[in-house]
Amino acid sequence: MTHTNWTRSLRNWIERTVPMEHLLPDTMPSYVDSYVYLFGVLTLAAFVWIIISGVILVIFGPDWWHVSAIGHFFNSTHFWSVQAFFFFMVLHLWAQFLMAAWRGGRHWTWIAGWMLFLLSILAGFTGYLSQTNFDSQWVGVQGKDAMNSVGVGGFFNLLNFGQMYGLHVFLLPMLILFLIGAHLFLVRKHGVVEPLPLDDGYGKKNRQRTAPPVPEGESHP
Amino acid sequence: MNYANSKYRQVPYDLVRELTLATAGVGVAVLVLAAVFSTPDVPALSAKQVVQQDPLLLIQTELNDLSGQSAIATYGPPYNHGTQSVQAIGSFSPQAWSGVQIPVDPAYTDVIRPLERMKWIDPAISGILATWTQASESQQTTWVANVQRVLPHATVQGGKLILPAAAHGSYGPVVAITNDYLALANSGLLEAAIDGEQGSSPIVNRTKSLLLLQGAADSTYAQKLNMLGENWGVIKETGNYPGAVWLWYYTLLYQIPPYNSSSAADLLVVLTVIIVTGILMLVPFIPGLRSIPRLVGVYKLIWRRHYRELRAGGNPYETRE
Repeated sequence: MTHTNWTRSLRNWIERTVPMEHLLPDTMPSYVDSYVYLFGVLTLAAFVWIIISGVILVIFGPDWWHVSAIGHFFNSTHFWSVQAFFFFMVLHLWAQFLMAAWRGGRHWTWIAGWMLFLLSILAGFTGYLSQTNFDSQWVGVQGKDAMNSVGVGGFFNLLNFGQMYGLHVFLLPMLILFLIGAHLFLVRKHGVVEPLPLDDGYGKKNRQRTAPPVPEGESHP
Repeated sequence: MNYANSKYRQVPYDLVRELTLATAGVGVAVLVLAAVFSTPDVPALSAKQVVQQDPLLLIQTELNDLSGQSAIATYGPPYNHGTQSVQAIGSFSPQAWSGVQIPVDPAYTDVIRPLERMKWIDPAISGILATWTQASESQQTTWVANVQRVLPHATVQGGKLILPAAAHGSYGPVVAITNDYLALANSGLLEAAIDGEQGSSPIVNRTKSLLLLQGAADSTYAQKLNMLGENWGVIKETGNYPGAVWLWYYTLLYQIPPYNSSSAADLLVVLTVIIVTGILMLVPFIPGLRSIPRLVGVYKLIWRRHYRELRAGGNPYETRE
């Protein structure tokens, strides 16, 4: 009796869903012609620097940066990478909103992006709590009331440094990496969102054109 | 292949080059920012610092804990069965439902227990603590109340609490307990004595000692650093540094009605944020909301060259066989 080869099925599915020329494109549709398209890649670049500086901080331990000038420098690099990361991510989010980038079956890309934003906030928060200084002490004792008020403070205990540090340096970065992978996979699967049809009909009614743009809320068949 | 992008005229693009240049560019920027602006690092507030700068503040904290009047003693879940800090909207109270998960009895956890551990260094402590623990609760409360009544006229000299003569009844062992407590705090070992219940393993969970200073002591220190709620402290670092500014929307809610006057402010704010975030995440499916980008019209700016080409009669679509 023959049975399905799972490995071959997975390979075929990947090749069908994101062929290599879509995964790593060397051309773009001509409408991809604005600086707003850089915000996503700049967010990703900032994330690379968060990981690099974070790994260095982890290697030397959570109290290193209090006692070493080099450690303090890498802590500063980590801090400013996080500021850059959120700066570009928020711009990216606004840009995608203003382009209604969820059109054409791209709603999961939009939702994955939001999940990334929320997870990043949690990662940033656990990072603030892992500083082992007055910032983390104050954020912890202030923030605990909010956690307690919704009933999660006993489990997600902001004052438990070990728990916050573990979540910050391992679990949350792993989840973010996984979701970035999913987000980029979806971006490449669907391609860059098409321009909205203009109010005066341009781009919607066309002569012999083959691809009318997709209005908001509609999906590709 | 029904790939939406391939229906358009293509222009050359290099993904790997763009990513590499972006990483290099952002790298230069963050390294320069780190070198020029650095980061703030104000040490955590310790009991030793409090006892040296404002010993009466630590004594007030200790007495409130001993008499069960402190904010944490009356807090409620997840620390104990108090009700003072339990938030609810009508009968909706996840905090009450969550129950006691991190048991904290401040009189024992933050005062008596750490002193008990010091009896190996000063055996006299055992006798003092025995007098306290063997007394009735009402007797304990009376002793503490007697001390609290004269505390405004008290001083701390040479690490000892000096009270006016006992004109208002007995202080019991409270003054002796307080003096030992001041000594323990002065030694810098108080936090370790509170948190290190599990012996000599590294203390990675500082919950109980952090709860000791979470009230007046932390607030006084935060006020000096301009970090209170009214200064939007939670989203800003010590000093003039940007903090978690992306939380502006969350912290904004605390400043406006009805949140700023509610006794369940945290619960209301968190629920509001959850609901609004859920709506934003589901915008693609919500008629009206998903039309905002079209009505705002910024897209015309972003794709202006594409539309100009369309209007000029050009064809940005690929001619297909």
